[in-house]
Amino acid sequence: MGLFSKKNKEAFNTPLFKENPVTVQVLGICSALAVTSKLEPAIVMGLSVTIIVAMANVIISLIRNTIPMRIRIIIQLVVVAALVTLVSEVLKAFAYDVSVQLSVYIGLIITNCILMGRLEAFAMANKPWPSFLDGVGNGLGYAMILVIVAVFREFFGTGALLNIQIIPQSFYDAGYLNNGLMLMTPAAFILIACIVWYQRAKDKSLQE
Amino acid sequence: MEHFISLLVRSVFVDNMVFAFFLGMCSYLAVSKSVKTAIGLGIAVVFVQVITLPVNYLLQTAVLANGAIVEGVDLTFLAFILFIAVIAGIVQLVEMVVERFAPALYNQLGIFLPLIAVNCAIMGGSLFMQQRIGLPADNSQAITCFADSVAFAIGSGFGWMVAIVLFAAIREKMEYCNVPKPLRGLGIAFITVGLMAMAFMCFSGIKM
Repeated sequence: MGLFSKKNKEAFNTPLFKENPVTVQVLGICSALAVTSKLEPAIVMGLSVTIIVAMANVIISLIRNTIPMRIRIIIQLVVVAALVTLVSEVLKAFAYDVSVQLSVYIGLIITNCILMGRLEAFAMANKPWPSFLDGVGNGLGYAMILVIVAVFREFFGTGALLNIQIIPQSFYDAGYLNNGLMLMTPAAFILIACIVWYQRAKDKSLQE
Repeated sequence: MEHFISLLVRSVFVDNMVFAFFLGMCSYLAVSKSVKTAIGLGIAVVFVQVITLPVNYLLQTAVLANGAIVEGVDLTFLAFILFIAVIAGIVQLVEMVVERFAPALYNQLGIFLPLIAVNCAIMGGSLFMQQRIGLPADNSQAITCFADSVAFAIGSGFGWMVAIVLFAAIREKMEYCNVPKPLRGLGIAFITVGLMAMAFMCFSGIKM
């Protein structure tokens, strides 16, 4: 079996759209909503989750045959918690401002259901390389939704993207106002609902 | 005493776990199809929150904080691993105790207890508690003593329960509505939560 055989490509591709962890599998919603009021923390969060899912998938997949079934949840949690601690310390060292903005949500990656879901459903039953691809795919699928929501919220909420002002001052002078609601919690829920709506209108097989 | 009550009320209404911080969304969306199961899960969350949060408070102040064990040793970087281990361990313990001494309760809560170990409202509660220890004592969110941590535990757990029970009641009624096909299920659920979050924003004016 080659490194990029059809099956491996599928492990990487399906979570991006067809089986997107946020909008289809309904996993990891908490952080998806909480960190998206600005684009920068959303990107950092998306990348952190991608790295952690991929690494955790590989580690669990390597030791999958030695884990006793009864205590597997605790073992998975410890592996994930150790990885999250590493990422959190790296962020504090190299991107302190962003790590302050993300506050508790970095720690909450531990209880992010995407992690546990992928470990249980994929890594426990597959070899390390497909598990790695599956992890990267799911992480990027998650990051994609985060970025889409964050672009809308930051653009309409503050008129900027990545802290660079996009809407020119002349608009404000002409009476344009930022939509403050976009920065608050309800807007995040409703934007995700719109993404789900769009995706299900396109792909009838997902409808309930 | 005044601070105790203010913290309690604040964490139920103003700093609601679901509407202000998006915590525990996964089980919130998955287990809210009927009011009865929502109440069951809600009680289980309050129960586990009230036990784990004060334990983690003691752990944080007596073991992890800077200079708590040995002068000049700061162990806070271990917080993620220890908190999640305490939560997973206590959930396991509670499950066994309840099964042994209250079989009727176990039959009602049984399926929900393992879910709670990975509910981010529980982990999030502990992480917020860790953040709030450092706040000045006159801040209405500050957690300065053991009693405060109990108040925060009761308030945040109960707030989550209120949120899920209300949401389940709305969803039960929504069964009879003619929702557009692509919005059915997840989409309309998110919009409902968004509107509920807007309603809860009214409480943010409460001054205690």
